[in-house]
Amino acid sequence: MNKRVAVCAVAQIKNEPDIWYQRFQGMLFDCFESIMEQTGVTFDLEKGIRNIVTCSDDVFDARTISDNGMTDVVGAHYRGEEKTAQDGINALGYGMACILSGHDDLILVLGHCKESQPESRRMCANLAFDPFYCRPLGLDFLNAGAMQARAYMQKSGLTEEHLAKVVVRSRENGAKNRFARDNGPVTEKDVMESPMVSDPLRELHQYPVTDWSVGMLLCCEERAHEFTDKPVWLTGFGSTMDSYFLGDRDLASSFALKKAAARAYKMAGVKHPADDFDVAELNDAYAYQLPMWAEGMGLAEEGKGGQWIDAGGMEKQHVNLSGGMLNGNPVMLGGLARTLECVLQLRGEAEGRQVEEAAKAVAHGTTGAAGQHHAVITLEK
Amino acid sequence: MGYGKKNRNVGIVGIGETKFSSHREDVNQPEMLHEAVREALDDAGLSIDDIDCVVHGNMELFEMVHQPDMWHTLGSGAFGRDSFRLTTGGTTGGTLVAAADNLVASGMYDTVLAIGFEKLQEGHTTGGITNMADPLWARKLQSGALTDQASVKQIEEFGAERARKAAMMYRIIMDKHACLNPNSHRAFGLEWEQMDDLINTSPPLIGDLRLIHMCSQSDGACAMIFASEDKAKEIAETPVWIRDHINVHREETLNLCNNFYPNETTHRFAAEELYKRNGIENPLDYFDVFEMYDPQAWWGVDWLRDFFLLEGDEHIKLVEEKEIMIDGKMPINPSGGVIAANPIGATAMIRVAEAAKQVRGNAGPHQIQRPVNHALASSFGGTMWTVLFILEKELDW
Repeated sequence: MNKRVAVCAVAQIKNEPDIWYQRFQGMLFDCFESIMEQTGVTFDLEKGIRNIVTCSDDVFDARTISDNGMTDVVGAHYRGEEKTAQDGINALGYGMACILSGHDDLILVLGHCKESQPESRRMCANLAFDPFYCRPLGLDFLNAGAMQARAYMQKSGLTEEHLAKVVVRSRENGAKNRFARDNGPVTEKDVMESPMVSDPLRELHQYPVTDWSVGMLLCCEERAHEFTDKPVWLTGFGSTMDSYFLGDRDLASSFALKKAAARAYKMAGVKHPADDFDVAELNDAYAYQLPMWAEGMGLAEEGKGGQWIDAGGMEKQHVNLSGGMLNGNPVMLGGLARTLECVLQLRGEAEGRQVEEAAKAVAHGTTGAAGQHHAVITLEK
Repeated sequence: MGYGKKNRNVGIVGIGETKFSSHREDVNQPEMLHEAVREALDDAGLSIDDIDCVVHGNMELFEMVHQPDMWHTLGSGAFGRDSFRLTTGGTTGGTLVAAADNLVASGMYDTVLAIGFEKLQEGHTTGGITNMADPLWARKLQSGALTDQASVKQIEEFGAERARKAAMMYRIIMDKHACLNPNSHRAFGLEWEQMDDLINTSPPLIGDLRLIHMCSQSDGACAMIFASEDKAKEIAETPVWIRDHINVHREETLNLCNNFYPNETTHRFAAEELYKRNGIENPLDYFDVFEMYDPQAWWGVDWLRDFFLLEGDEHIKLVEEKEIMIDGKMPINPSGGVIAANPIGATAMIRVAEAAKQVRGNAGPHQIQRPVNHALASSFGGTMWTVLFILEKELDW
């Protein structure tokens, strides 16, 4: 493929534990207005936005057809609107396809998740399992993650100390990001003494429940200059689904992530992922996932996640300078949050955490329990 | 780059539909999906290894499964493949086809499998639909999918007798078509002589909307396989080409008063735009069949006017003169339409699938006996949303 898709603008609100003072429409409208202001884009039938790709979920919104409630605030007035009901990074992958197909010049991507509203931890995540075998066992994303953590820690020599290090670093990085959730600093001792919520996962090993919304304007290569002087190019996308039953998977190895990354890298012509990217953002819902996903994406060697942390891999490869999912993003929007940080870095707008001369980045998102579905997107300045 | 000018052509090469029924208790969700997927693969002569990407959709709150594509991997064949999940209410099936069209045309994937399904038996449909309304402003007013707007409007315009007759005639025609389709959920064998009786005795739901006018709640799935032009020509003897699609949504609240520009339905707006950019001047002459998402008979009659850009009572005459029957001038829903079967997340895709079968000429007992070269298929959902497709037999537009 020789055409590229540009990200012309990004917008976000601050990640917060409970945005009780605003409905989700209001949260998203702030992002919508910001995109309009930054780009001057219109909804003109010939030259403007004709299709909006949203990301939300009926279960989180407790509304059937959750995008129905968004049409008022996303510009879907006699224009197209299509909702991706999975991690938002797939909304970007689909948005790319809409533009590369020639069907659309512009795609507005808008995602929201008010995770504080439902019982996201136990109820929503339990509903993601089949009602016959897994749901009655009480499986949810946390205890599925715990099983994966156990398997992966054994395989890759990952210790409690490594996990503590990942959490402390996430909080430190999050403190440099004014849109990140305000969690306050923690010490390694705090992490290792925090309550065990699902052995071996402790309270501080998991991402906190968070409310957030995000917007991006995508555009075809030919017209990107109309909306920005600093386009960031989406150069590759790949996703892969793993099997459903946890027992059917090798939980300690990211089969799906490797395949998703390989597809994205092929499309973008990336040969050496460990060296080629200046910035990497991984969707670490739990601390053990940061080294695990790094292995899957070829940033760290297979089975050596522990050593990778010891050798300073997270710093050298500029991994999750935003604070990552671990610092707090709602679960549906992890991949969009990761991509947004990459865009800010490539535009030189990452403030106190800016990587000098950042030119290439990679972002990642997951959907489902213990990373059943992975998607990877590559970006260039 | 113009709107609708695709990077490459996209063909429909495989179609699978389950039997539609009120209770598919013999299968669970992934098993039901698998029936449709299996049939689509067999229809295309492909194996699941030939598929690059799977697109999945339904409305999760109907069955109360969060991210059902995860569990459904067991039946969808998504394992090891790229996959997307898109949902837009009633239009979901149309959105899935539009997505597959975009994904193949983009060059990112050569073959895409799209799957829409619903197992309404496992939830409460009217409760589920009521739950789509805003909890503060509209939920207390919402009565599921039941609405009387269309009958009020038509009775006002054409008089009670003529409007009621047209709606019931439409209903009986759809039932006659449904009786030809072996997959139908409901096929009653209604007769013309029953018309007056049904108008007066069918249990009223809201105003002049009666039980007999309304669509069913069904279980079922539909799967379709799409391929790039080169691949499609290799795979299928008669690929059906997606010439263009348009997707038109609108707000849930701002348009309640119906006095905003453009003061017309999304159906008419979509039709006008789609015909304009494809140079179709007289849709009634151009198309050989129309598979319409018609949730109830009153809407079915009313929407004919919008989709064919008709004026006055031209659309009522089409019904009265039985021109919408399978052997008429403009056959509408030879499959029996949505009133005969409505597994919501699949329904809009079934419209495209049935239209494509008519173009291929192998729809079965409900095949139109004249050649079908140009087909139209519509989706309806949300707060009056439309997705509209033009399908073609030849690549000569």
